[in-house]
This record gives sequence, C-alpha cells and structure tokens, in this order.
Amino acid sequence: MIKVKNLVKDFGRRRAVNGVSFEVEKGTVLGFLGPNGAGKTTTIRMIAGFLPPSAGTVTVKGIDVATDPVAAQKNIGYMPENAPLYEDMTVSGFLRFIAEIRGFSGTEQKNRVDQVIERCFLQPVKNQTIDTLSKGYRQRTCFAQTLLHDPDILLLDEPTEGLDPNQKQVVRDMIREMAPEKVIMLSTHVLEEVEAICTRAIIISAGKVVADDSPAALRQRSSSYNAVELAAKGQGIAEKTGELPEVGKTEVLEAAGDTCRLRIFPKAGKNAVPALLAAAQQQGWTIEDLKVDEGRLDDVFRQITTTEDTKEAE
Amino acid sequence: MTETIQHVLAIAKREWRSYFDSPVAYVFIIIFLMLAGFFTFSVSRFYEAGQATLSGFFTWHPWLYMILVPAVAMRLWAEERRSGTIELLFTVSVTPIQALLGKFIAAWLFLALALALTFPLVITAVYLGAPDLGVVFSGYFGSMLLAGAYLSVGMFTSALTRNQVISFILAVVIGLFLILAGFPPVTDLLARWAPVWLVDGVAAFSFMSHYETLQRGIIDLRDLAYFASVMAFMLLATQAVLKSKVGR
Ligand SMILES: Nc1ncnc2c1ncn2[C@@H]1O[C@H](COP(=O)(O)OP(=O)(O)O)[C@@H](O)[C@H]1O
Ligand SMILES: [Mg+2]
Repeated sequence: MIKVKNLVKDFGRRRAVNGVSFEVEKGTVLGFLGPNGAGKTTTIRMIAGFLPPSAGTVTVKGIDVATDPVAAQKNIGYMPENAPLYEDMTVSGFLRFIAEIRGFSGTEQKNRVDQVIERCFLQPVKNQTIDTLSKGYRQRTCFAQTLLHDPDILLLDEPTEGLDPNQKQVVRDMIREMAPEKVIMLSTHVLEEVEAICTRAIIISAGKVVADDSPAALRQRSSSYNAVELAAKGQGIAEKTGELPEVGKTEVLEAAGDTCRLRIFPKAGKNAVPALLAAAQQQGWTIEDLKVDEGRLDDVFRQITTTEDTKEAE
Repeated sequence: MTETIQHVLAIAKREWRSYFDSPVAYVFIIIFLMLAGFFTFSVSRFYEAGQATLSGFFTWHPWLYMILVPAVAMRLWAEERRSGTIELLFTVSVTPIQALLGKFIAAWLFLALALALTFPLVITAVYLGAPDLGVVFSGYFGSMLLAGAYLSVGMFTSALTRNQVISFILAVVIGLFLILAGFPPVTDLLARWAPVWLVDGVAAFSFMSHYETLQRGIIDLRDLAYFASVMAFMLLATQAVLKSKVGR
C-alpha cells in the first residue's frame, strides 16, 4: 500500500534522505530504525505529504503523495514526532476538531470521537485541557487523532518516546490489535519495541537503507547468534570443544578446578549444540547449564549503523 | 468545494474559540476600547467639538490598528510553527489556502467584535445631535476594511518567522510605511524634492487616502478594490511563504 521509490530530500546542501526505496503491504508492522539524524522523520514527513521530496516518489494506495497530498492523506493517519497538539483545547474538543476536518459531523462525529477516546483509554482526561496532560496522555491523544477516520495506513513517528513501561505497553497493545487490517509504520530507536511488535524492520543510516528484513532474520546477523554458553564439569573441556569442527572460537568465562563456564561461538551458519552434547556424553562431562543465544538486535544495529557512519566520515 | 468550506469553517471556529480560551481576547478588547475612548475624548475632544460626527473617533484607527492588529495576528502562524501543530494541520487533508482563510476570517471577526463594542459612541452622538448615519456606517465599514488590510499584513509576517516579537515588529513597520506613504505631512515633505507623479504613485499604495474617502461617507469602488487587492495580495504572499517554509 505504500511504495517509496528513490526518495531524496536535501536541506540546502545537506542530504537528509539519500535514495530510500521500499514497499509495504497490508498486515505489516514496519519498524523504521536508525540512529538520531538518520532521516527517519524526514522520510515519514514525505510519506505523510508534509514535505515535498527533492527527488523520487511516494505513492499511497496508488496515489502520488507529492501531486495529490489531499487525496493521499485521506488514507493516512499520521502522528508527528513529539506529538504536537493545540495546547489550549480539551482532549475531546481537539478530537472533535480533527473529526470535523476529516468530514464527520453530528452523531457520526460524536460516535467516532467517543470510540477513539475509549480505545485509547482517554476517558479520565477527556475534558481536561491538553497543556495540563502528562506525556503519556499527550501521546495517546495524538495517537487517537490518527484513528478517527479509520485509515488504512498509520504513520507513527516515535509513538512511545518518553513513556514509562506501562504506558509503552498500552500503546504497543493498541498497535498490535490493529495490525492485521492496516499498514503500520513506526519509527523508533528502541530495539525491544521492534522485537515486540514489528513484523519487518528497516534500518536507515545517513539517509540510506542499510538493512530490510524481519526482526528475527536481523537478529541472526548478530555475531553472538547461536553462541552457546556452557557450564560443565569434567576434564579438558575448553580444549576439546575448541577442536570440534563446528566451533569457531571459545571464550573461558570462569574456571575453578574441573568446572568451567565457556562461551562457544559456532562457525558461520553452523549449530554447535549437537556436537557439544555428543562430546559431553563421550567424555563423561556433567553439563550444569546450557544457553543458546538468539542473537541481539542492538548488536546488529550497532554493527550496521556504525560502519555506515564511519564510511560517511571518510 | 463543500470540503473547502467545511475546512475553512472548522479552522475559523477553532481559532475563534482559542481567542476566548485565553485572556488575550479580553485584554485586547479592553485596551482597544480604552485607547479608542482616550483618543476620541481627550485628544479629539469629542464633547467640546460640539459636532455630532464620529470623525474624531475614526481618525485614530490607522494608528490604533498599526499597533493592535499585529498583536492579534502575530500568533496566527508563529504559534503553529513553534508548537509543531502546523504538521498536524497540513497532514489531515487541509490545504494552505483553507487554513489561511479560516484563520483570517476568525481574526477579522474578532476585530469586528472589538469595533462593534464601540457602539455606545454612536448612541452618544445620536443623543447629542443628528449625525449622518450614512457617514457613520461608511466610517465603520472603512474601519473594518482597514483592519482587514492590517490583518493580512500581520498574517504574512506571522508566517515569515516563528518568533512572535519579530513578526510583530515587521508588521508594525510595514503598517507604518503604508500609513506614512499617504500621510499629508510626509507627502508634503516628499513633494519638495520628488516629482509629483512619484509622490502620488507612492501615496496610492497608502491606506490613508482610501480610508479617508470612506470616512467622508463616500463608498467608491476604487477604494473597495484597493483594500480587496491588498488583502488578496497579502494572503497569496502568505501562502507562498508557507509553501516555501514548510513545503506546503
Ligand atoms: N527542516 C530541516 N532543515 C534542515 N535540516 C533538517 C531539517 N529537518 C531535518 N534536517 C536534518 O536532516 C537530518 C535527518 O533528520 P531527521 O529526519 O529528523 O532524523 P531522525 O528522525 O532519523 O532523527 C538531520 O541531520 C537533520 O539535522
Ligand atoms: Mg526523528
């Protein structure tokens, strides 16, 4: 439903977005990741029809956003970074205003506003002025605004930024609940969030896409993916495991008498667990603990984005 | 088309309410009435003049508006840009011209309300003598047009910067120019060394000559066209600024 092709945005001489392309289909929760200043907000603003691209195109349900932003925006609910709101309005007054702009009046308007207030748990503050709200309620008010016209596409720029863990959970649950019928694109630099709700992750760095995959596949790129942490009792464990053909490198984490704790990295694409278990049986080691690392997204994130940054610096 | 009207009205309503949700509206109206009263009674000596006309009241409006209208206009765009709500506004299918018109209408109506609250003066004049009500009407009408013209200037400078103080100062300076270009003491001075056609040409841009015709009770199409084109030009200039500043 969203097609982004060779998108470029220049601010003066500075290129903030440099040839970004991707397509997203219904049912996807796309996590848009990248370090600060990578160009996430700028890209989302172009998709939302707020900024015109310097080059490239964005189409939303077949509508070119740059040529017909008004039509494209009818299919989009957009929550800008930092959840800007009209401070002097009440929560329900603000939602009625946006509903009116979205073309709803009378009982239809009232029903839609009531519905999103309920859905976003805004009842306790609905008659409160926005400038008196806590951060969590502000974010949810801005989020509620995106749902009024039940759009097919949600663009959320750092929707959980600055929230406490409980509030984050509320927002994530709402996103997960809506996911099947929509395209949801959210930018974040919180990696656990991507693991928690996204079905796909795009990492951008210095305005370019550097990775585009499922969170699980990305995790497997981590150097610690499938690394085994083994605590065992026996003779010559470290030497023997190091000789196994599947094993690349072993680190001794702890050693006391004939017990030791090791971290064993398999060779690329290999799984060291069966070989380790076989060796333990043969040598008569007692395995006290064994953990297989699933790989860590933040490792991958750091690997990918720092190499890109250094390239940029050269 | 209906969508355009709907958007303009929704924005005008929101803007109108926001005036009264803050003390700004009340402070503005009180100051406007106090200053208008002060100039009319103490400076123009409304009672002592012994004439049943409101000319001593309307004469001051260009100067009053020069200061007060930019104070109303300065927040119109500067505030949206500072708080980032402009990003909301322009991503919910609202176009710049719709937002512009909505804000302009709300602010103009607000100025009309302040002006309407000077009605006791008309009652006093009627009580004192028999003013020409046609002249009084065209005086108010001219004052409204003048307010609208100042407002369109203030709206333009408000879009130029997110700093309200700068927006205010720019609007006052442009307003001052538009007054002085046709202010007799200045034009007389200019006429000493500049050719007449130039002085007249510049004066034609001024609010003053057009405003004064209306104050004499003459509703001339040329003056109406003048005010309408000042407003239209300024609104289009604001639209161009919004396009270049925020990409919309
Ligand atoms: N309006 C603007 N004018 C000039 N530079 C900008 C503007 N908006 C963003 N940038 C620059 O573009 C780059 C990308 O910014 P942004 O998209 O906000 O990154 P992110 O959201 O990933 O943190 C940054 O270097 C930022 O300074
Ligand atoms: Mg950002």
